[in-house]
Amino acid sequence: MSGALEVLQAGPGLSLQDAGRPGWLAQGLSRGGAADRVALAEGAALLGQASGVALELAGMGGRFRATRDLRIALTGARMAASVDGRTLRWNACWLLPAGETLEIGAAQDGVYGYLTVGGGFDQPEVLGAQGAHLAAGIGRVLAAGDRLALGQDAGGATGLGLDPVARSGGGTLRVLPSLQTEVFPEDMRARFCTETFRRDARGNRMGVRLVPEGAGFGLDAGGRILSEVIVPGDIQIPGDGAPYVLLSECQTTGGYPRIGTVIPADLPHVAQAAPGAEIRFRFVTRDEALAAERGLRDALNRLPKRIAPLVRDPKDINLLDHDLVSGVTDGEVTR
Amino acid sequence: MTAETAFPRIDPVGLDGLLVRFADSLSERANRAALAFRAALERETPEGVEECATSLVSAFVRFDPLALAPDVLERRLSDLLGTRDWYAEELPEGRRRVTIPTLYGTDLAPQLAEAAEAAGLSEDAAIRSLSEAEVRVTTIGFAPGQPYLGTLPECWDIPRQTALTPKVPVGALVVAIRQLVLFSVTTPTGWRHVGQTHARLFRPEADAPFLLRPGDAVRFPAVDRAAFEAMREAGGDGITVEPFT
Repeated sequence: MSGALEVLQAGPGLSLQDAGRPGWLAQGLSRGGAADRVALAEGAALLGQASGVALELAGMGGRFRATRDLRIALTGARMAASVDGRTLRWNACWLLPAGETLEIGAAQDGVYGYLTVGGGFDQPEVLGAQGAHLAAGIGRVLAAGDRLALGQDAGGATGLGLDPVARSGGGTLRVLPSLQTEVFPEDMRARFCTETFRRDARGNRMGVRLVPEGAGFGLDAGGRILSEVIVPGDIQIPGDGAPYVLLSECQTTGGYPRIGTVIPADLPHVAQAAPGAEIRFRFVTRDEALAAERGLRDALNRLPKRIAPLVRDPKDINLLDHDLVSGVTDGEVTR
Repeated sequence: MTAETAFPRIDPVGLDGLLVRFADSLSERANRAALAFRAALERETPEGVEECATSLVSAFVRFDPLALAPDVLERRLSDLLGTRDWYAEELPEGRRRVTIPTLYGTDLAPQLAEAAEAAGLSEDAAIRSLSEAEVRVTTIGFAPGQPYLGTLPECWDIPRQTALTPKVPVGALVVAIRQLVLFSVTTPTGWRHVGQTHARLFRPEADAPFLLRPGDAVRFPAVDRAAFEAMREAGGDGITVEPFT
């Protein structure tokens, strides 16, 4: 008796996401997966389970109802959330009682929020993963009326919170040189590092467009570059001179010149940059990038240790009263 | 410019990738080198390497940078490069000949006339030229299962458009710079849409989700509108796949 999560109302970019499908690059299929993988890991840690599949809420949530009591975790871009009118704190896990309605609003910071459920979803795998790859036509955007079968939940506490791993939408992104960095004149590269860009309204899981304050960064030679492999984080400069930073659903090859590549540890900052957010770039050494990667992986490994019971907060009203699937009492706040 | 003396060369791509480039422009020998080098890597994958892929004239290696130091992997790739003349290698084994019926022109492929003019051909001559050409899958990339196909006769060395066509459908055959691309997804493109096929290059739910492989020989014989529509009504694509000998 695993039950289902019913989608009563859906924001425009609601999809199932997981760690993606590595290994199909040679067939032209990029890995895909959650735009903010840190949030995916945080949701799993809050529920005491391995990182798996979650609902990715792109800018806007929706309304949901479960056919059985369901543990849920809310992570990523902060969104207003409530169950039958009772407010839920973000970056925490809760009980969603069978038949009650979970309502999640618009993103208040960042772009992508995540709804993780106890036991995960039980959806068929396509090429080794449950998540949607919208650009490749694997899976699809979910809509009102969809019912998602739930996996078996081993059970665990709710009413727990965590301080999210430090990241913001935008900010200064660390960049490594890439295949065409040297093709850009030195003064243009220098200007690239002093410019403040704004995240354009144009953007999706494939990538986001950035608008420079001043002149563009186009190259006359840009049209003559042979198509080569593309990786998430690559900063492509198309003809109009406004950079595109590519995300998990990017194409696998491309011909526009790349001025650099955002390091993997900073990709969540790109994904969570809401339209208008400010972005700057700083070239770093490979050693610095490796240290950042090590730091991020350590932080993800430490997540389970950073989870603690929430104290009662009038804002949380009496959700904590039926939070105990298995005996956790009120304790210290984590922050 | 054939500065092939500077090749092969190895360059980093992001934190977790290395690219082995065999040339800076498309040539058959550099394409063969890239395919053969990747095949060798697949046979004997170094520890810490997570996947390999090819583009037109390069082979890409993705690895875990915390498990395998980039400079250690670079030395291993460099050693492998030194073992033989990759440009002299054969095309991959198990190639197939794939025949994909194509409707040229009409409202379904509206840029035939424009492309023919750029190639200096009449529309009929353009259809004949493209129908009779046998091209090869030089790489799969950009979108799932999507082939780059080359090389067409010299007259097809036509540039990409400066502006993008906002949308071409799945199965669209497009042309530029002596190459064809057959689209696996609906996409904007700077290439000219000269033919339409029923090909679905990527079927995620199928046992064999990808139709084409690098090295395959492909032909696009012309069919008329009635035959094309009949295929659609029958739910078929008319594609044949046979061993290439």
